[in-house]
Amino acid sequence: MEFTRRDTIALGLGAAALTVLPFRVAASADDKIAEFTGGADMKAEGITLTAPEIAENGNTVPITVDAPGAASIMVLATGNPTPGVAQFNFGPLAGSQSATTRIRLAGTQDVVAIAKFEDGSFARAASTVKVTIGGCGG
Amino acid sequence: MASGVRPRVKVPKSASAGETITLKTLISHPMESGQRKDSSGNVIPRSIINRFTCEFNGQMVVDVAMEPAISTNPYFEFEATVPEAGDFKFTWYDDDGDVYEETKPVAIG
Repeated sequence: MEFTRRDTIALGLGAAALTVLPFRVAASADDKIAEFTGGADMKAEGITLTAPEIAENGNTVPITVDAPGAASIMVLATGNPTPGVAQFNFGPLAGSQSATTRIRLAGTQDVVAIAKFEDGSFARAASTVKVTIGGCGG
Repeated sequence: MASGVRPRVKVPKSASAGETITLKTLISHPMESGQRKDSSGNVIPRSIINRFTCEFNGQMVVDVAMEPAISTNPYFEFEATVPEAGDFKFTWYDDDGDVYEETKPVAIG
């Protein structure tokens, strides 16, 4: 395959766009957090996020969130093309403010869970998951 | 409508009044994320279940907003308090407007 001058420039631009991309994704995860908390401070305790240290298959990664007394819990995958994962809103008959589900992770990254409590305070927990095979397709 | 969607729910048949029970739900659904491409390079359009709710006699237990990062065949496990005999109603809302429902009765005793 021969490269013309035009091709080379296009490749260069593509490569530049790729290096910029991760920063943009991280920023949108921050946007999601700001939208949920309204910029409020987050405590480090009061929420537990259980995720595997190493996930062989990024297509199904089991996670558990538990935040006693929380009204809702938001889960974010900071390294995914779209960082949102799920938001659990607990009703009056919830037996505990915990839930387990399976999520997709595009690659090794931090999974973040943020709980919103009845009194308007927030708590945050994060866990790094190493992913061997990414779960977002090619 | 996504084909072959089948909800499966595990609920104890009976509980004592005020007891906290664990519920497990699974629904078979491809949860196409909108990120994947087919063999000719075209993006496969997003088709997911975007909301799941569980109610007991009309009172909310949990309401989950779901995004494409939820795996194929979405699975949820959570706990609910049973104040009296009644029905658990599980509802899944698909992107294409379909609603899948499942009801399970719980007896006291």
